[in-house]
Parts: sequence; C-alpha cells; structure tokens
Amino acid sequence: MSTQTTSGLAIETAGLVKTFGETRAVDGVDLAVPAGTVYGVLGPNGAGKTTTVKMLATLLRPDGGQAHVFGHDVVREADVVRGRVSLTGQYASVDEDLTGTENLVLLGRLLGHGKHAARTRSGQLLEAFGLSDAAGKQVKHYSGGMRRRIDIAASILNTPDLLFLDEPTTGLDPRSRNQVWDIVRAVVAQGTTVLLTTQYLDEADQLASRIAVIDRGKVIAEGTKGELKASVGAGSVHLRLRDPAQRPEAEQVLRLALNADVQLEPDPVALTARLGTARSDSAAEQASRALAELARTGITVDNFSLGQPSLDEVFLALTGHDTHDAHDSKDEVAA
Amino acid sequence: MSTATTTETKDLAPVSAESLAALLVSGERPPRPSALSASLTFGWRAMLKIKHVPEQLFDVTAFPIMMVLMYTYLFGGALAGSPKEYIQFLLPGILVMSVVMITMYTGVSVNTDIEKGVFDRFRSLPIWRPSTMVGYLLGDALRYTIASVVMLTVGMILGYRPDGGVVGVVAGIALLVVFSFAFSWIWTMFGLMLRTEKSVMGVSMMVIFPLTFLSNVFVDPKTMPGWLQAFVNNSPISHLASAVRELMAGDWPADEIAWSLGWAGLFLLIFGPVTMRLYNRK
Repeated sequence: MSTQTTSGLAIETAGLVKTFGETRAVDGVDLAVPAGTVYGVLGPNGAGKTTTVKMLATLLRPDGGQAHVFGHDVVREADVVRGRVSLTGQYASVDEDLTGTENLVLLGRLLGHGKHAARTRSGQLLEAFGLSDAAGKQVKHYSGGMRRRIDIAASILNTPDLLFLDEPTTGLDPRSRNQVWDIVRAVVAQGTTVLLTTQYLDEADQLASRIAVIDRGKVIAEGTKGELKASVGAGSVHLRLRDPAQRPEAEQVLRLALNADVQLEPDPVALTARLGTARSDSAAEQASRALAELARTGITVDNFSLGQPSLDEVFLALTGHDTHDAHDSKDEVAA
Repeated sequence: MSTATTTETKDLAPVSAESLAALLVSGERPPRPSALSASLTFGWRAMLKIKHVPEQLFDVTAFPIMMVLMYTYLFGGALAGSPKEYIQFLLPGILVMSVVMITMYTGVSVNTDIEKGVFDRFRSLPIWRPSTMVGYLLGDALRYTIASVVMLTVGMILGYRPDGGVVGVVAGIALLVVFSFAFSWIWTMFGLMLRTEKSVMGVSMMVIFPLTFLSNVFVDPKTMPGWLQAFVNNSPISHLASAVRELMAGDWPADEIAWSLGWAGLFLLIFGPVTMRLYNRK
C-alpha cells in the first residue's frame, strides 16, 4: 500500500499522555507497532487502552508526548491519518436505528463511493460476513456477534492500512469470539496492520505477534508472546483433593516436587501451584511429576487441571497487584 | 419474545474467508466526498431515522396544531374581537414561534447521539468536519417544513387567508427554514457542551421562552413599556415574524428580510465555529 515510514512502523508513540482532571489516564506510553502485524495492547478495564486508541485514531488530543501513524502526526496531520485508519470501538460503532445495509451504504457514501458502488460493496460485505439475512433489520435487533461483524464490516468498507479493534470480543460467547478472530486473521493476511486491545491474554496470544501490557496508563511490559509469557511463568496446576485434611501435606509435596509457589484456595480442598519459568521441562511434564509425587505419598486427587497464565497472573507477576486494583483509576469509558 | 432474542439464538452464517479476502484486496479507495456530498449523506441519515422512528415527528405535527388552536382561541376574542380576525395576524407569528421552538430538539438529539459509538466512527472519517452537524440540520429543515405546512393547513381551516398567495407563503416558509437552520447552531453548541439531555432541555427553555414570547408574535409592541419595546423591536424573532407576516400578506418587506438574514448569518458565524470547536475537542 502507499507510503510507509522508513522505519516500517505503523504506529510510533513517545511519552503519550492524556489526563482527565486529576487522573492521568495515559501516563507516558511508548509504542512501536511494526506495519503488517497484529499488535496486542493488554490490560484491565481503566488501564488506558481505549484512551490510547482514541488518541491514535485522532478522536482525542494528547496532552503530552507524540504519536505518529505511518509517520504522520495524529494532531497536526489528523486528516491524513483519518484517511488511513479505521476504528471499531468498544461499543458497536454503527447506528443502531438503521439497518445493516443502511449503515454500510451510509459509510460507503461518506468514504466517497457513488450510490451504486456503495450498495454493491455493502451487499458483498454483508454476504461475506454472513449477514445477508439480517441486512434489512435494524442493528438494535442484532445479537452481540452480529453487531461485531457489522462493525468490522463497516471498518473495512475501504481496506484500511491500520485497523483499531478496541476489545472486539468483550461480551461475546466463545463461538462468536472465534469467528471474530478468524476475521481479524483474514484482515491481517491482506496486509492491514491491526492494533488490538483486549483484557484477555489468550486473545492476545491467539492473534498478536507483539504485546504491550498496560496498567494505570503505563506500559509495564512489552515483547513477543514468548518473552511475555516467560516473564510470567509457564502456567499453573489446579488441584482438588478428596480429603481436605490432606491439604497441608499436599502443599508440602508440591512445593518440594515443583519448587513452585503454592496457593491455598478459599475452597478447602483446592490448591494451585504456579509453575516456574526457569525450568527446562514443560508445564505438562512438571504437572505429571507433581501428580506422581502426590500419588506416591497417598494423597488422592479428585480433579486436576493445567491452566495457562491468566491475565490476573500476568498482572500479579508484573505489578505485584491484581487487575481489580486498577479500577481505582477512573473508568476509561468516561472519555 | 422480542426480535432481539430470536436472532440471538439463531445460528449465524459462517464468515466466508475467501470472499472476505477478495473484498479486502479489491477495496480501492475512491476520492473523498465533497463537503456538500458528505452533508447530504448525513441529511439522508436523518431521513432514515425519521423513517425508522416516525414517532419523532410528533413534535412537528401535534405540537404545532396545539399551538395554533390554543393561542387563536385563548387570545382571539380579547385581542382582536374574534378568533377569526386574530388568526389573520397571529398565524405567521405563531408559525415562526413554533418552528423556532422546535429547533431546540436538535440540541437534544445531538446530545444523545454523541454518547453512542457511531459518533466516534463519524469523527474518525476523513470528511469535511462540519458535515455531521450540517446533516442534522438538513434533516431538521425537513421537519421545520413539515411543521410549517401542518400549521398553515390548520390556520387555513380556521380562516387564515394569505393574500400573498402560493409565492408569498413559500417565500415566508423558506425564510423561516433558512433562519431556523442558522439559529439551530446554538443548539448543536449546547448539545455538545452540556453533559445530559436534561440540562440541554433546561438551558434551551431558558433561551427559547423569553426570546419567542418577548416579540411581536402575539400583539403589537406599541402597548408595551418603553424598555421592553426596545428589546422586542430589535429581537430577531420580531424581525422574522414581521418578514414572514408581510411576505404571506403579499408584500416585500426588504428591511425585515435583510434583518432576519443578517441575524441568521450572525448566529451561523458565532455558533457554527463554536460548535465545531467543541466537536473537535469532544
């Protein structure tokens, strides 16, 4: 597609700041997003993800720092930036009172298509997104999954160079979520850069090649998926014992066998061992060794599961506080 | 069962990856639309909203009818001897008053709309910035025209006879719609400035009631105290009401038309840029 910066970066920010009254919603964010990739911005509610996206999409004016999209300043060259990006907001960015077709034709016309071309393109997009049957229905009658689809369809009426997806799967059932992921993959395969914000580590894991973890307006970790996960740990083993009386003993065994942190859950028969990162053996190997040890000691395990590191764990590991603490900063939707 | 739940449970057709890929590749970028074209497209959006939510025409149908009937029969006997005689004087004025009052709904609809996600999308489009707002006002111009036609019809049933004929009436309504379009920028400003729908309504009332009532719509200002006459005679609503009244009566009140258009230009020049400033800052 057209001109890219010599550095090959779709987005470059330096010390980006946005304050709302007393709250520093975004507090010095530095990002470097390579063109042609999916870049994940991971963080809890209120971390500053949406505010950052809004500044990059020229909807909010930064209070400090700089942001460039394909080398263009988002404030001074806002119009150029607008010509190259599309935004899919956290809440469906389409008109709920209008039908699917009307929404797409409206946007098609605003993007410069003639009446006929706007209709044709809308029809094709609705078809490709499996929305032909609902084309004549008002969007307010759409299900969550359908809304997401029409929203993304609206964002690719003109294939953008950079697509912002702000929590595209929040509130969706797993099936619809997988379908959104498929769409994102198809969009990226055609060369569009995607900036994806999410609260879910597995979503970032599935789609993004690089991830920035953001908390209280600051980037607290950045790297490839592998690097990020390695910093957190391989995951954790969750166990449920038959006899609560055996729990102290089980805790001891696990601690010795895995050399790992063991947490006692509120449930008197449950405990969780966080697996180490430095070890050469995989999470599954560590887990099976733990089970073997427990069996040898005569502790009966009722139920067992191996968990990926969750966002909570990433947070705990990176910040020392869990995601819920982030809520004391003001809800970012207020922007 | 609502429609929402029925669609929810139904399985969605799968997304077709191949056709999606083909669409992404073929997506050539047409040149940006002109300012006029973008504004008209937003105007079309306003029409679509009226089509889907026709109840919103209540304020341009029932309200104007009520205004004509109420004031004709309330004041007619006392002020002009009979309602039939009074309406000859009142109708153009009450037309101006009602339409100018209706303009305040623009602020409310702007205010409710900006909370929605679709506004973010509009603001991230590479289009002429004011076109979103102009679009609202174009849709509203249609509403003002409907209100005018409704009131004129009721008035004629009650005995109003415009001596200016079709030309005079059309010229009067056109002047009123042009003025209202310009005047509405006050409301787009408040719609963007104030936080809630209620506060928009509250402020609108504070502006609209004194402005419309303290005018020559109901009575000749000669009976008013001097200080009030000074205000009333110079009020944009008085100029507009006089202009519309005389146009519909078949005269050509060049002064009053110039005053009305002058005020319209002033409103547009002051509140248009303020609105756009707020829109860009939102």
